[in-house]
Amino acid sequence: MSIHTAKRSRPLSPNVQIYRPQLTSVLSILNRITGVALSGAAVALVIWLLMAAAGPQAYDVVQGAVASWIGQVMLFGTTFAFFLHLCGGIRHLVWDTVHGLELRSIYISGWVVVAASIALTLAAWVISFLMKG
Amino acid sequence: MRSPLARAIGLGSAREGVRHWWAERISAVALLPLTLWFAASIIAHTGSDYTTFVAWLRTPLVATLMILLLIALFHHTALGLQVVIEDYIHSGGKFAAVIAVRLGCFALAIAGFVATLRIAFSS
Repeated sequence: MSIHTAKRSRPLSPNVQIYRPQLTSVLSILNRITGVALSGAAVALVIWLLMAAAGPQAYDVVQGAVASWIGQVMLFGTTFAFFLHLCGGIRHLVWDTVHGLELRSIYISGWVVVAASIALTLAAWVISFLMKG
Repeated sequence: MRSPLARAIGLGSAREGVRHWWAERISAVALLPLTLWFAASIIAHTGSDYTTFVAWLRTPLVATLMILLLIALFHHTALGLQVVIEDYIHSGGKFAAVIAVRLGCFALAIAGFVATLRIAFSS
């Protein structure tokens, strides 16, 4: 009897597997994921400085790695992660001042973060491309 | 006999818990101008050779800003990663992971200082 009832499918509380993703929850976890990814970029920054301090040959190795297609893909990803974490961080700092916490404002600022991150990433790469001449 | 305050001290809410949160915000505010300066500088140096790059990093203002960036960046990274570890790791490995992150961030920041100063003071 008790085995029978245990087998009956019961409604479960919503969890991450069956819950429709929302802008709010997706941006929340992305802020964390980009933060962890940018930790890797911080390590790369130190390696870059150490190689520059080691001399021109070591520096050229780094520049060669960055110029490779996989380096460029990673740099593009880092650029987007940086701007998303930056814009998301500004949104958090605004919330910390107890502003923009109404549901409507939260969605508006969320879409502003998405749009600004994409625009800034593209702008950075276009300007960089123009600098190369 | 223990007062309610004595029982609460050390459990995270006796005005201690806010320190981590506050430090994360202060480092975030510092990182706003510093990271934007760094990103703009890197974009401006696209295609620059070693000599140009080193000449840029050698100027006192740039070397100072680079060290400030390293301090704020690794302070913020250590605080952020600690929260991630504390949220997802509940076994005994938690403390080891937090200590590893703290020491790792400290070591990386120092390595960054040495590299920057080496370039700044090289003849």
